[in-house]
Amino acid sequence: MSVAPATGELLAANDLSAYYGELKAVGNVSIAFRRKAVTALIGPSGCGKTTLLRCFNRLHELSFDAFVEGSALLDGEDIYASGVDPMAIRRRIGMVFQRPNPFPTLSILDNTMAYRAHGLNRAQRLERAEHALRAAALWDEVKDKLKSSPLRLSGGQQQRLCIARAVAAQPEVLLMDEPTASLDPIATAVIEELMASLAERFTIVAVTHNMQQAARVSDVSAFMLADESGTGRLIEVDDTAKLFTKPADSRTEDYITGRFG
Amino acid sequence: MTTLNGTRERRISKRDRSLGSRRLFASLGAALTLACAILAAASLLAILGYVVVQGIGAINWSFLTQLPAPVGVTGGGVGNGLLGMAIIIGIATAMAVPVGLLTGIYLALFGRGAIPEALRFLSDVLSGVPSIAIGLFAYAILVAPLKHFSGISASFAFMMLMLPLLVRTSEQAIRSVPQTVREGALALGMSNFRATMQIVIPTAMPAIITALLLAIARVTGETAPLLFTAFGSQFWETNPNNPMAVLALQVFNYAISPYPNWQAQAWGGALLLIVAVFILSLGARLMLRRAMRGLEA
Amino acid sequence: MTAEPQFRRLVHFVSPADRGFATVVYAGSILFALLIIALFIMLVLGSWPSIVKFGPSFIWKSEWDPITSKFGALPMIYGTVATSFIAIALAAFVGIMAAVFLADFAPRWFATPLSFLIELLAAVPSVVYGLWGLFVLAPFVRTAIGPALQHVFGWLPIFAGPIYGVGLLTGGIILALMIVPTVTAISRDVIAAIPRDLREASASLGTTKWETATRVVLPAARVGIFGACVLALGRALGETIAVTMVIGNRPEISASLFAPSYTLASVIANEFTEATSSIYISALIELGLILFVVSMVVNALARLMIWSVRGSRA
Repeated sequence: MSVAPATGELLAANDLSAYYGELKAVGNVSIAFRRKAVTALIGPSGCGKTTLLRCFNRLHELSFDAFVEGSALLDGEDIYASGVDPMAIRRRIGMVFQRPNPFPTLSILDNTMAYRAHGLNRAQRLERAEHALRAAALWDEVKDKLKSSPLRLSGGQQQRLCIARAVAAQPEVLLMDEPTASLDPIATAVIEELMASLAERFTIVAVTHNMQQAARVSDVSAFMLADESGTGRLIEVDDTAKLFTKPADSRTEDYITGRFG
Repeated sequence: MTTLNGTRERRISKRDRSLGSRRLFASLGAALTLACAILAAASLLAILGYVVVQGIGAINWSFLTQLPAPVGVTGGGVGNGLLGMAIIIGIATAMAVPVGLLTGIYLALFGRGAIPEALRFLSDVLSGVPSIAIGLFAYAILVAPLKHFSGISASFAFMMLMLPLLVRTSEQAIRSVPQTVREGALALGMSNFRATMQIVIPTAMPAIITALLLAIARVTGETAPLLFTAFGSQFWETNPNNPMAVLALQVFNYAISPYPNWQAQAWGGALLLIVAVFILSLGARLMLRRAMRGLEA
Repeated sequence: MTAEPQFRRLVHFVSPADRGFATVVYAGSILFALLIIALFIMLVLGSWPSIVKFGPSFIWKSEWDPITSKFGALPMIYGTVATSFIAIALAAFVGIMAAVFLADFAPRWFATPLSFLIELLAAVPSVVYGLWGLFVLAPFVRTAIGPALQHVFGWLPIFAGPIYGVGLLTGGIILALMIVPTVTAISRDVIAAIPRDLREASASLGTTKWETATRVVLPAARVGIFGACVLALGRALGETIAVTMVIGNRPEISASLFAPSYTLASVIANEFTEATSSIYISALIELGLILFVVSMVVNALARLMIWSVRGSRA
């Protein structure tokens, strides 16, 4: 069951498929992501949710032999149209990765100023950096060591730094690929709290393989499943509360109730 | 019952005997491997020791700073050879690093395909070419047409010797930067140029410097190409367009000369060469450890 | 919107900065390739007069006379091959045994510094080996090793004849020292890469460690080890300065290992700057071309073998 793309939504996909050479990893997904809300992409491993996510900031095509069919819409315009600059897209759609990846040779402060934007002077960048670190609930912990190496921070702090780095670029959409997968429960809880406050400013799409997390943090959930040929399909999209209590599709129900992986 | 026992016992004792001789063989074999390993390591120590003992006497301030003395006159030094070595290796590095690093970047970014594989094949071929043949190439390109020997032709030969090392290791260094760091840079909207130059290469820098130190160690002490490129000189020379003295070449010429005081200076020069190479190799190892640490974090 | 596949590459260059970057990267790589191709071409061009004048007989003629401009490379080919094979025979045995020790027998605290020492052998410059060979090894061969061998094996032609100290044997021994680190390091890596299950299976059958090493591990690693030896052989073939200092520099073929000899690299080193006629120079460059081709073939063979066992380019 797929949701027809509605106009007015910030981010949407229209019959989007993603390939690695011969392999169709994601098949004909059409979905619209509610503005300023958290949408969780859930499903068993191998169902294509990360691949789908990476289509939205055009990272998928960096893999060898990878390409895309169909369209992905940002504010109504296809990001895969010819002549579109992928870098411009990536400035509007930010990403947080599964394992924290701060730039090792830049200081904490420089990490949060690493984005590309024209016409900003240093003072403006510093201001943005501070706002971003506050938004990531990291400011108090690092304000005295802004010049030091990010590698000294704990895993949870590094991930919040990566969130700050993405937020400082002031994107419209924030993609999160299993952001708490490599973190301990306490760090996970901190970031889950963050996501709610971040959703007041950004449209968030988060991949998670942890159903409870999806139930906790998201407003909308989208369930994906790989079909017999290994292609990931979008099965159902609905408000989280409704999807988890009264799913429309039996496969969704099987997954939610834990009958498979 | 007893017959059975008796038979069984005899059979066990037979197995014991062959096990015993097998154990003996095993011990001998193990000892042989140890002996060979020690032999190899001991040879190094023997050579090192001899060079240190013979060479240390020749090393003094005038040895390091003076020009070679004429035949029959005692004293003199390898000052111009040290200077020439520094200049020639410096120019060679300046030539080799851009070409080698850029090719390494190309190979790291474009990974698979016919052209990258062809480049790697060419790099392997070059790494196997004897240094004397590379000297002939430098001669053909920069000595014969200009009709004089020069330091720059020696630098050209050294550059060729350094390139395969630089290309191969800088490719590895860039590849060893985790994919996720590069993707993080691109996901922020950076161009490939910025992502590579500002994030990926600085992260790979310790490994690249290791490669550079090893490449310099490789050409320090390399003599064969110098015979018909730098050619040697009796004077101070800072202009790379002229023939230049190089320490390794001086050691060679002194060693095969019939004069004892020159031979003594050969040992001194040899000691200097070994010290230089070992400092570079150790430096490279320390850098490598720093590089590994940086990536583990 | 689009149906056709896009961006089938690892990298996509769009902005002007990226285009400039791409151009510079391409330029560097092309220059790299051109330099190597030019190397081959220049060697061929330089040898051309000699190739034309002497043809294939260059390889089997043994007269090397600059005065009458008659050049035949056979004595040098003989010297190169003989010293290299002595070297690999010695280095293979010692190196493989040492590799077995480092990989399977030595405790970690001993193996690491020992490996490091052996690898340092590879860093010693050629001219230092030559110096040591000339003043330490050659006299030792003349006074100790030579007479000993001649005493026991003097009835063999290879151990007959006067012992000068410099000669094929000394050249071979020095070369062996220079290539032992190569054999040891690569063989050790190849042996260490043999999966543990193989060793454990052998051990569970009640074999000793030595039997496991010689009957199970070494045979499994033999292709890679052979590759290591071929690679080392390639290095020995092209080695110039150390050999030049201890080989005796006489372009003659002799059955005795104690006789002075000449290698392809040595004759170039010794005579290139004195070469007066252009055909002389061309003949010497042709020797360089022979060295290039031989080392290229040997190296390619070696890497194929090592690659097939280790499974990675390193």
